[in-house]
Amino acid sequence: MWDKIKDFSSEFFVTGDPLIYGADVSIVLTLVAVVTALTYFKKWTWLWKDWLTTVDHKKIGIMYVIASLLMLFRGGVDALLMRTQLAVPELDFLTPEHYNQIFTTHGVIMILFMAMPLMFGLFNLVVPLHIGARDVAFPFLNSLSFWLFFSGAMLFNMSFVIGGSPDAGWLAYPPLSELSHSPGVGQDFYIWGIQISGIGSLMTGINFIVTILKMRAPGMKLMKMPMFVWSVLSSCLTIILAFPILTITLALLFLDRYLGAHFFTLDGGGNPMMYINLIWMWGHPEVYIVVLPAFGIFSEIAATFSKKRLFGYKSMVFALMSISLMSFFTWAHHFFTMGSGANVNAFFALTTMIIAIPTGVKVFNWLFTMFRGRLSFPTPMMWMIAFIPCFVVGGMTGVLLSVAPADFQFHNSYFLIAHFHQVLIGGVAFGFFAGLYYWWPKVFGFKLNEKLGKWAFWTWNIGFYVCFMPQYVLGLMGMTRRVSTYGWDRGFYELNLTSTIGGFLMGIGFLFQVWQILHSIKFMKKDTTGDPWDGRTLEWSIPSPAPVYNFAILPRVDEADAWWEEKQRIAQGHAPKPKPKLEPIHMPKNSGIPIVMSGFFFLVGFGFVFDWLWLAIPGLIGVAASMLVHSFRYKTDYYISVEEIRRTEAAAGRTV
Amino acid sequence: MANSGNHIIAKPQHHDEHAHEEHHDQEELRFMGFWFFLITDCIMFATLFATYVVLSGSFAGGPTGAELFEMPGVIAETFILLTSSFTSGLAVLAMNKGDRKGLIGWLIVTVLLGATFLTLEISEFVTLVHEGATISTSAFWSSFYTLVGTHGLHVSIGLVWMIAIMIQLGRHGINSVTRRKVKVVSLYWHFLDVVWIFVFTIVYMLEVI
Repeated sequence: MWDKIKDFSSEFFVTGDPLIYGADVSIVLTLVAVVTALTYFKKWTWLWKDWLTTVDHKKIGIMYVIASLLMLFRGGVDALLMRTQLAVPELDFLTPEHYNQIFTTHGVIMILFMAMPLMFGLFNLVVPLHIGARDVAFPFLNSLSFWLFFSGAMLFNMSFVIGGSPDAGWLAYPPLSELSHSPGVGQDFYIWGIQISGIGSLMTGINFIVTILKMRAPGMKLMKMPMFVWSVLSSCLTIILAFPILTITLALLFLDRYLGAHFFTLDGGGNPMMYINLIWMWGHPEVYIVVLPAFGIFSEIAATFSKKRLFGYKSMVFALMSISLMSFFTWAHHFFTMGSGANVNAFFALTTMIIAIPTGVKVFNWLFTMFRGRLSFPTPMMWMIAFIPCFVVGGMTGVLLSVAPADFQFHNSYFLIAHFHQVLIGGVAFGFFAGLYYWWPKVFGFKLNEKLGKWAFWTWNIGFYVCFMPQYVLGLMGMTRRVSTYGWDRGFYELNLTSTIGGFLMGIGFLFQVWQILHSIKFMKKDTTGDPWDGRTLEWSIPSPAPVYNFAILPRVDEADAWWEEKQRIAQGHAPKPKPKLEPIHMPKNSGIPIVMSGFFFLVGFGFVFDWLWLAIPGLIGVAASMLVHSFRYKTDYYISVEEIRRTEAAAGRTV
Repeated sequence: MANSGNHIIAKPQHHDEHAHEEHHDQEELRFMGFWFFLITDCIMFATLFATYVVLSGSFAGGPTGAELFEMPGVIAETFILLTSSFTSGLAVLAMNKGDRKGLIGWLIVTVLLGATFLTLEISEFVTLVHEGATISTSAFWSSFYTLVGTHGLHVSIGLVWMIAIMIQLGRHGINSVTRRKVKVVSLYWHFLDVVWIFVFTIVYMLEVI
């Protein structure tokens, strides 16, 4: 019996690496600390009632942001481990197997469990306030999306201490990811972690499309929406067209591994290249999915801190929508070397060059927005300014890569690595940071400390260039991606060491951000105006943090930048718009079903990972049962009375 | 369009009366959301069809579809599913007339036809497996079982869903919520019918002719 248990646990838990044992201990300690604190301070009911079961888009947004910052930490540690291993030639810090796992989890976590949830967090925090709505179209579904993301992310991260991490790269190309080459459970964690959170992403896409199309404040025509809302719409349309392909591709890989099907295997007539086509049909639109909202954020920030209307509104809308369309026609540029032939490569080279045009249009729009504006430079604006040159250079190296014949040289070299980190960090990460700084006072009611913010900004930016500029050169010198070490004779040493120093600078930048947040929670003054940046859009017209119903009276919108125009009118001595009488507000009730159902999904995933049908089948039954229970519930809403609205508004210092 | 869709517009005191109106708006949102879901489902099936077409010649020395498909059964399945789509349409017509009995009756007919379709499909699969074509026989059979099986899974979910709605109709009668649910499930059912027509044409017809 004892031997059986020992056998089982040596298979079940990842063993043999002091780094992992350290992580085991810290995970257990953190869990114990959290449970003890919650029990000691009697916070369990508060946690359950106010957060875990909430359907309020603002709270769901906050949970997304917290989870994604934790994931940023994990992905960042992965990055620093890799950079440490590569700092000096022939180092033994990480074994090649461990290195494979780390670059795989780094990629998956940064794209799917950091960038995506941070983006969804910003959607949730901002979109309903931007369009003058009281919640999203489907608040229950919204909560379910969050919890599905969360259980997918937990399942994926668990592989690090239980069973073993996936190690076939962030897109898990077969045949390496097939059972024949990756017999362990790591690849199954990959499939189920992404699959479960992917379902959540799909539902978020649908939710926000309907929210934007149907729930805008009276009078807000499509062409009067804030640009961020347009960018969310274009991103969500891309989500609903791209994510189903991912769902199917992962399902097919699962069938290969679990039932011995032959979709992508080397034998039985399978076709591994089909996987690579399918995964990039999702994967390429995916990078636009995460970067489009960043463009929207920059548009809002550029207009606010230039005190000017956004330059070229219509061309911006056109650029966003054409990018989301064209992103579906460029996928094969990820594998020009596959041998599809000159004509196919020429087509995809051209589409890739064409998609750079709308992006260029946007850069000029931002520049002209700032041109002759009354500029100010608080942290959000700093990130915006840093983004432009960074993204322009990153975009141009992308155009270099799109030249198919030249790509045979660049393919899978550090030149490529430097390129996509430049657009993903310089575009997506900078954009979401900017958005977080910009909307922070709306969400929490206080600004973040500017001084620490500037420190974070400069360490991040200097670190970024020190880290990635040498990698372009390394790529041209012939260093390929995913090598765990290199010899002294290759001449890669100095540039790699420089790159590692840059990586650690970015790590320090992240620490500054954490410090900035903690410091600001303790010391920053509450913002009583609700409009600390002198903003232009509707969210700044209500108190911060926004009351549960957002708008006591739904605003009427007659022009773009409605709040700014209203403030201008009042400044010119006109009377503010007359306010209609307060009326009770209809709101959705909290629900525990999303978190329970996601728990069942977790069991399904975990069961299939270890081939434990005794766990997976009850899990599936649980999922079905939760859906039915929800279907049979008819009383899912309540009313907020006029007296309560009055009380809430008075507490925020407002009369209605 | 912009101002029609707010499901949480503030309303005057008489809750019951106006709650009804708000539900109406909310149901409209849900119906629209379901259309977007169908787009995603459509792309899932499109991906499966593409996979099937790419792998349709990869028999790896095993049996081909033309050798094993038995068309009479498949044609029977097709007619049964098409008829069930028609009866689900009749259910919606009965609902629009306010005829709850007719509505539930036609839904029962639809469910029975759907269940017959599933039984035939499962027995087809069992026969194929006995004849030596399993999901791991070749890439062709992997893609066949996955595509047709995904459709079958959708049908099974539809059956459970319809039964749940019938129970709710029994409890609550026809109101704005149940009306939306019937409309949504019938839309879903028609969608599965359209997908089946593609399955019939691309998988079975093209393979046997």
